[in-house]
Amino acid sequence: MTASARDALLESLLENARYTTEDLARMTGLDEGDVEAAIAELEADGVVRGYRPVVDWESTDRERVRAVVEVNVELDRETGYADVAERLAGYDAVDTLRLVSGDYDFHVEILGESMRDVSAFIADEVAPLPAVTQTVTHYAMTTYKESGVEFGDGDDDDRLSVSP
Amino acid sequence: MGIELSERVQAVPPSGIRKFFELAEERDDVISLGVGEPDFATPWRARTAAVDSLERGQTSYTANRGMASLREAISDHVGAKYDLAYDAEDEILVTAGASEAVDLAFRAFVNPGDTVAVAEPAYVSYAPGVTFAGGEVLPVPTYERDEFRLTREALEESGAADAEVLVMCFPNNPTGATMREEHLRPIAEFAVENDLTVVSDEIYAALQYEHEHTSIATLPGMRERTVVVNGFSKAYAMTGLRLGYVMGPSEAVMGMNRIHQYGMLSAPTTAQHAALEALESCDDAVAEMTAAYDRRRNFLLARFEELGIECFRAKGAFYAFPEVPTDQTGDAFAEDLLKAEGVAVVPGSVFGDGGEGHLRVSYATGLEDLREATDRLERFLD
Repeated sequence: MTASARDALLESLLENARYTTEDLARMTGLDEGDVEAAIAELEADGVVRGYRPVVDWESTDRERVRAVVEVNVELDRETGYADVAERLAGYDAVDTLRLVSGDYDFHVEILGESMRDVSAFIADEVAPLPAVTQTVTHYAMTTYKESGVEFGDGDDDDRLSVSP
Repeated sequence: MGIELSERVQAVPPSGIRKFFELAEERDDVISLGVGEPDFATPWRARTAAVDSLERGQTSYTANRGMASLREAISDHVGAKYDLAYDAEDEILVTAGASEAVDLAFRAFVNPGDTVAVAEPAYVSYAPGVTFAGGEVLPVPTYERDEFRLTREALEESGAADAEVLVMCFPNNPTGATMREEHLRPIAEFAVENDLTVVSDEIYAALQYEHEHTSIATLPGMRERTVVVNGFSKAYAMTGLRLGYVMGPSEAVMGMNRIHQYGMLSAPTTAQHAALEALESCDDAVAEMTAAYDRRRNFLLARFEELGIECFRAKGAFYAFPEVPTDQTGDAFAEDLLKAEGVAVVPGSVFGDGGEGHLRVSYATGLEDLREATDRLERFLD
């Protein structure tokens, strides 16, 4: 598997992770066995960490609340960023966790069933951690774009159906 | 007594593509692989630049040749990308689409009765443009065995040595054919030997999937006899903004500008602002679109192979040019396919006699639609 074939495959999966092996083979010019092997390799190498749909929860009947929490921490000899991160990442409610530059340390995205759920989670599980010195919670009100996908109605294809 | 149309207009039939447009419009489940423009929207930065310019009230004419900043950006861009060196001052003219540039070239270089050799199959505007300019069209065929590249042999056999002008477009609409330097060299030699002026329409230059673009103007003896036409429509998905440009020796470009300044004054100002931004900040968007076209090209060619449809491996633009898979004419096949399965393609004959027996299949369409369209094609062939 060449690096460019691997890249091409990755680009195709980024466009749509649900493309079938057959279609991926057609798009990349690899045979299906090679596609399977390359995907297995991307997974084994930790390049591809998972696949999930981009869900617009506002279009469902389910109540989902998303909060962005800014978390500040104070480190000591025994506790580094990685230790705090490991502690936070273990919770299912933590959807995304990044160490960021700027005014705070961790950017944490929490996904819960209700505002009360999310608030309780932060109050009970995040804020009490010894390293955590401060949390600032922002509840998401509307999602316009996620993982590169816009949630608007999109542009219609208004091209002439046949043109030179 | 109504208005009588001029003989020139009467001499040009309406485009053969019209029939398929009308058939396709009749039903609402059509998947069209018959579209000659990108399915992507113009990159967002270019769009916002257009809006910003409107909000700033930049709505007056620009210089006839186009905004100086845009001409300079074009000069830098084609220099870096295609090794073309043109002075922004008097060797670049910004036009209302590449189409205007092609039309200007004919009107500026063709005298009544002059012969214009056109490499065919070709974009539908060349032959009518030549006729409107009072010239005679000399079709020069390209063949599938040469992957639809123009060859010196075809030029010689067609009698193009006696022509005044040669028009060529690579990467090609409708075939998707491309020409590398080694293929262009004999054409350049022929043009020099026979003192031809060359109009090289390179509107698809950015969309090539297996090799870099070479402009025929970079070959020995060609710069002084070539005008290079390009634009923003295809690479930057800006068809509706109508912006193109032409580059060439000063006398040629200033001659074209003389027609342009009376006929057009200047290209659309809003589009010029969008184009400037496109050149400055949209390389990533172009790379992304190009990668998407390449995936679709591979997909489409793989499906043709599975269906037993003969198709040479087109390396540019966003067209494949397969053989008609039945013993029908391209026109009859395309009509039946559209009526039976709601898949629109364009018969190759629309692009000149050399296109008969082939179909132009555009992959400027999302992969889901390409899959559905090729599934319908499979059903149709069963």
